[in-house]
This record gives sequence, C-alpha cells and structure tokens, in this order.
Amino acid sequence: MREGMFRNPSGCAISGIFSKSGKRFSGRQIIESIAVMHERSNGLGGGFAAYGIYPEFKDHYAFHIFYDDIYAKRECEEFLEDHFDIVSFSQIPTRKLPEIKDTPLIWRYFLAPLPAKLADSQQDEGEYVIRCVFRINTGIKGAYVFSSGKNMGVFKAVGFPEDVGRFYRLEEYEGYCFTAHGRYPTNTPGWWGGAHPFALLDFSVVHNGEISSYDANRRTIEMYGYKCTLQTDTEVITYIIDYLHRKQGLDLKEICSVIAAPFWSVIATRPQKEREELEYLRCVFDTLLINGPFSIIVGFEGGMMALNDRLKLRSMVVGEKDDMVYVASEEAAIRVIQKDLDRVWSPKGGEGVIVTLEKGSA
Amino acid sequence: MAAFDIYPEYEIVRNNERCTNCRVCEKQCANGAHIFLTDKNRMAADDDKCVNCHRCVAMCPVRALKIVKTNHTFRENLYWTGKSIKEIKRQAESGGVLLSSMGNPETYPVYFDKILLNASQVTNPSIDPLREPMETRVYLGSKPDKVVRDEKGRIKIDLPLHIKLSMPVMLSAMSYGSISYNAHESLARAAAEAGIMYNTGEGGLHEDLYRYGKNTIVQVASGRFGVHSRYLSNGAAIEIKMGQGAKPGIGGHLPGSKIVGDISKTRMIPEGSDAISPAPHHDIYSIEDLSQLVYSLKEATGYTKPIIVKIAAVHNVAAIASGIARSGADIIAIDGFRGGTGAAPARIRDHVGIPIELALASVDKRLRDEGIRNRVSIVAGGGIRSSADVVKAIALGADCVYIGTAALIALGCHMCRSCHTGKCNWGIATQREDLVKRLNPDWGYKRLVNLLNAWKHEIMEMMGGMGINAIESLRGNRLMLRGVGLNEKELEILGIKHAGE
Repeated sequence: MREGMFRNPSGCAISGIFSKSGKRFSGRQIIESIAVMHERSNGLGGGFAAYGIYPEFKDHYAFHIFYDDIYAKRECEEFLEDHFDIVSFSQIPTRKLPEIKDTPLIWRYFLAPLPAKLADSQQDEGEYVIRCVFRINTGIKGAYVFSSGKNMGVFKAVGFPEDVGRFYRLEEYEGYCFTAHGRYPTNTPGWWGGAHPFALLDFSVVHNGEISSYDANRRTIEMYGYKCTLQTDTEVITYIIDYLHRKQGLDLKEICSVIAAPFWSVIATRPQKEREELEYLRCVFDTLLINGPFSIIVGFEGGMMALNDRLKLRSMVVGEKDDMVYVASEEAAIRVIQKDLDRVWSPKGGEGVIVTLEKGSA
Repeated sequence: MAAFDIYPEYEIVRNNERCTNCRVCEKQCANGAHIFLTDKNRMAADDDKCVNCHRCVAMCPVRALKIVKTNHTFRENLYWTGKSIKEIKRQAESGGVLLSSMGNPETYPVYFDKILLNASQVTNPSIDPLREPMETRVYLGSKPDKVVRDEKGRIKIDLPLHIKLSMPVMLSAMSYGSISYNAHESLARAAAEAGIMYNTGEGGLHEDLYRYGKNTIVQVASGRFGVHSRYLSNGAAIEIKMGQGAKPGIGGHLPGSKIVGDISKTRMIPEGSDAISPAPHHDIYSIEDLSQLVYSLKEATGYTKPIIVKIAAVHNVAAIASGIARSGADIIAIDGFRGGTGAAPARIRDHVGIPIELALASVDKRLRDEGIRNRVSIVAGGGIRSSADVVKAIALGADCVYIGTAALIALGCHMCRSCHTGKCNWGIATQREDLVKRLNPDWGYKRLVNLLNAWKHEIMEMMGGMGINAIESLRGNRLMLRGVGLNEKELEILGIKHAGE
C-alpha cells in the first residue's frame, strides 16, 4: 500500500520560522520546535521545507527525488537528461539512525529546462517543470519527485519529525525560512512520498486537519489539469494555491479570500469595493473553498503564510521577535526556541498571516 | 362488452353510523362520485368515478369516509398484471392513447434510495448549525475562465449574470393553465418569501404576478405562448424548455376547454382554441439553432438575463449537455424520468427517459472531463422528494434542484394523478372557478414556505454532520456518498464507492 491508493485522514503538528530580514539561520531551531509537539504525531511521517538553502544554485530548479531502486533512478535520469540541463547532482547527505528505516535512494538535482524543449512545449517555464514532475511521478515506477523549487528544498520521511530532521542533517543547512510537519495519520502507509510537506515548484504546504470539502476541491482542481495521485488534503491544497497564484494571478491575500472565504454575512458588512471583490472571488472559485478544519503554513520564495479554516477548528499561534516570525500548532513550540516574544497571538479563522522578506534583504 | 367490465380501482367506504347525510362529500367531489339518494334519504357512492384524491375524506365533518384499494383482482399473474389487462381493455374500448399525470410510477430503481450520506467522526468535527453559521446560498450562472485585472491591477468585477438563491431549491416549471391562478400565485409568493425562484412554465405570466419578477424564471417553450418582450425582461432568468422528464420527445397540449379568460389573454391565443406545443421547437433542429435562440433571447433582453436550457434526461444526455454548455447557455436544467406533468401519454411517461441520478452524475463528469463545468450551473429535477434527495443530488454534482410535485403536495395535492381530467378537487390542476377558489393563496404560499424552511433546516443538519458549512463544498463532493446494493457499473456511473469501501 502507498499513499494515493486510499484516503488517509491525519491529525498533525506544524511549525514555521521566518526571518523578515533574510538572515539565514540553521535548521536546528525548527527541529527543536517540532520536537516539542512529539505527541501530536505518531511516527508515521515528518518533514521540513527550507528556503534560501541553495544560494549557489538559486536560479536552478532543485529536484529532490526518492527512488525505490537503481532501475527507477536510471529511467528517471534518462528523462531528466532529455528535458533539462543537469547542472549538478548528488545523493542527499543523511545520517544513519535506528529510528529511520526502509530508506529509499534519495537524490538531488539542480536543473535548467532545455531551451529547445521548453520552446517546443509552448508552455511557460513553471508549467513545463510541473508537467515534467507529474510525468515522473505518474509514469516512472519507483521514482517520486518530492521537491522541485528554486533555492528551496523539502526533506521528509516516515518517522517522528525530530528524527527526520536529524536524519537529513538539517542543522547543516542555513536558510531564511523553515517549516515543519509531524504527522498523525489514521492509516499506516509507510511510504516516504506520503509524508509532508507537499511541494510544487517553490510552494510548499504543511497542513494540520482533515478537510470535508476534499472531493469537491479535488474534482474541481483536476478539471484544470492537476492529478491528485496521493489523495491527501495537503496535495489538493497545494494544487489549489498553485492554480490560484500561478494560473489565475491572485495574490496571497486574495487566495485566502477564496480558500477560507469570509461568510456571506461578513462580506455584506464590508465597504462596497471590497464587498464586490469578495463576492466575485467567492462566486467564481466557489468549489475551491476549503471546508472543515485546517491550519496550514505555506512556504514560498521570499515569504511564508499561515492560515486557519474560517471557523478556526485547528489551533495555530503566531509569535514575533524583532525580525523573526514564528508559527506553530502550539505556543510551546515557539517558546522553546524563543522565550522572549514581542508579540504572540492566535490569528482568527480565515485571517491569513503573510510575511515576506523586507526590501533589499537576501 | 358489459358496462361494468372494469372494476373500479378504489372503493369508497362510508361508515353509515357516522354519516349524517350532510352532503358535503357530494358538493366537494367534482368527479361526482358521491350521490344523495333522495328516495332512500342516504348517501351512495359511484366508485367508478373516484380518483382517490381524498377531498371528501378530508372534508367529511364526522370522519365517515375512507377510500380503500379494492381487493377485487384478476386471477393473479406476474406477467399479465391487472394493470396491463385493464389498459388493453380501455384501449380496445376507446381506440386512443392512454393519458396519465404526474411522474413515472413504475418500479424502476430509485438510486436516491440506494445512496447513503457520510458524517464526521473523530478525525474532524461535525458542525452544529444552531451554533455556527451554515451557508446554503447559491449563485447560478456561468463563471469566467480567467480573472482579469484593470490597469491599476484591481480585479475586474465581470461576473456574468447570476441568479441568487437562499437555498439550492427552485420551484420548477408549471404553467398557468395547467395549474390554476391561485396555485401560480402561491408559487410566486412562496418563491419571493423564501428567496428562491419559481418558473412560469410555458403559459406566459399573468399581469398580477409581474411584481414577483425578481423571483421568476420565465419560460420559452416550443409553443412560444405568452412570450413578448415585457415578459422576457420581467424575469430574473429565461428558460428555454427543450424537453421535460415526464414526456421526453413530445410536446404539450392544453385543451381549448381550459383556454378561458385570463389564460387565453396570458397565452395570447383565442379563447377555446387548443394550445398545442410542438414536440420540437421548429426553429431548433440542431445544436447550432439552439445557440441562435440563446443569443436571440440575450439580445432581446440586452444581455441582462442568464439563460437556462432545460432538457429531459435521455440516453445521450451528457453529450447533449456538453453541447449546450458550449452554446452560450448559463445554466442547464436536467429533468429526470420521475418528473411530473399535468398530462402525458402513459407509455411515454413510463418508458422514455432515464433516472435523474444517473443523468446528473454523467453530465457533471462529462463537463469536468471537458474542462467546462465552470461555464454552466446544473439544476437537477424530476422526482426530488425530500431534503435528503437534495443533498444527494448536490453531492452528485448539481448546483441546485427543481421541485414540482413536492411543491404541489405542499399546496394540497394528494397525488391522485388525475390532473389531465381538469377536475382537481384541491384547486390546483383545474380552471373551474368553484374548484380554483378552494386553494387560498394566502394559506398555500405559507405551507410551501414552511416546506422550504423545513428542508433548509434539514439540509443544514446534514451538511453540519459532514463537517461542511457552505453548500458549495458539498457540490460534486461524491466522497460524501456511498452506494448500497448497487452493481459495479452503477457505482461507476454515479462515481461513488460502495458502502464499506
């Protein structure tokens, strides 16, 4: 059994750290933070997304790929060579740990689309890369691309998140943003690709919740060419954000008004201009409203967004200290790495907290 | 052949100990089933005339009456049923087509009854509609493919025209003529009060009801009765009726005897002339012709009204719907084979068309496969009996449902299915003045609003149980459904899993 063959609801812990000044810091803190919420996961999945970690290859797509075996690797590399200029590649460094078992082959590639192929495809670069990712993940047995953005990377495995962090030697990476996920699935798939974060290009999502609108969302987003192969909430949320952002050109605030749309009664109280816009977004993208409990942290190039469902059916706390912003399922997970916060609050349901790098930083 | 060859289906049972010979039953029965025997000074009944409409039962002040299905039978035979034998005898007598009313009553599968709903347990919370907001508001219409911004980067609010509904239910087309003025007024006022739409059907719109325009869908059917520019502009939307679930492939016929007074005026045809709606629209012999009518109506109303195209659920419904979605229509209404009618040939009603559940599921899937589901809204109708049917239809993929029969039952209909006789004792499917006034619109509309409110509460309860607080999150959410006792093919078409999976 692997993810995608059945629907697997999960409870979870999430955490995120962001430096607005773009100051790079080590992955040690995020491990400490997520470790506090150990009992919110059950050892069946943990992972991290890290931004700003590959400055030397910041213009190249960094693919992180799981291979079941050497044959899958060979077939996949042939595909990569056909479609990309492979600037650099290596095994992702890991540390042998008794807690982390059944390790697949884990490789990293820095890629640039082949200009001729890209032109032939008549797609923009992002779409080209995404289609390549879909083709590998659905067409090459035993190969799974789990990270495909620029100057960022996802690290995930089956295990408790703190062990996953140590396994990937996350403390050796430096970035301006880290997010983390500890998973409490109700089933036991035991497949690494099913762990979170889920990422597409530079967007990564960690999510705590079980959405009740799943099939309405899935069937809508699949109409626009996405394939929900994992049957997880995180996957469909990531696709929705990608669709609204990359294909519809919505900004993050607008995306929040779609996926955690205000109630009609609230919309009615807003000033005319805003009301019209909110009505419009809710009407046009009605089946992309994400219903049921969720808290998510979305990482992207130069920023981070935290969002709760509109009823706030999952806990989520935000803290600030100087240029640092912290988000976690529980305040304790922030306090463990920063005791002295300037401000700490619990954002309202549907109220997106969006932080971006200050101008001139990084 | 003997005069009493066919034994009546129902027997009027009178409790003579209770009966006071007040003769109310006699006055109430338009069919003449109750007779006062002056010489014997007591009431008698002519069972042959009884349609089992319960009017006499309801009006009898001493509860002296009941109607029972006769236990008189033909020699039992599973193949040659009493019904088949009687119908042959009737046709041998009359040489005519058998007429019938309301929806298909036969024993075909009812898929709504083989589908069960989900509820939240543990992994996510159910939502209590008494304590949390629960949204049932629906917008029907086309949605743009792409967000467009002005030069300042603001989103251009270019939403095509929409119908706004407080809940995903509308009252389906029933014409003034097929039903009475009082029934029409009740529908219009109920729609206005409940914040939904009713539909004029193809009989035009009575002048007095123009004031409910915001809650009116005006229909354009093959007979074009009562269609003029004021009529078109008065509605919130225009519906082109291509077909009807109760009688796919055929037109309509309102006998000249019903074309009297205001009906003649509203339909814009002379008194006493038969109103015959042809089977096809004679300006629509193909899909491109439909597109022309859609745009003609848009032109005629200055692009201010969404256009609904209503079709009967037939075998090729998915492909037809896909064609309609590409023809400029904003909303597609699909009418299943259980849908009601004021009159239809029995063979057509009982043997033509397919169940709405299957038609709806395959249309929704086809439009998604082709990437055009956002271009149209889908309204499903034809046999919706309860709020559970509504919820299931929406989870299968409908934006909204049409109810007709259920609305009439709220107004007093007892489902005797004899509308085609024009002698409706409840004042609904009749134009006889003495009968029409039995339906008081002040009372009728309130009962209909009650029904709608009750359903709305139930819909909210079911949504809350599933952890959903906005109706759009239920639309097409087929994971919320499971089949029981369905075969693989049926599950595949419905796009749902079997219970236990």
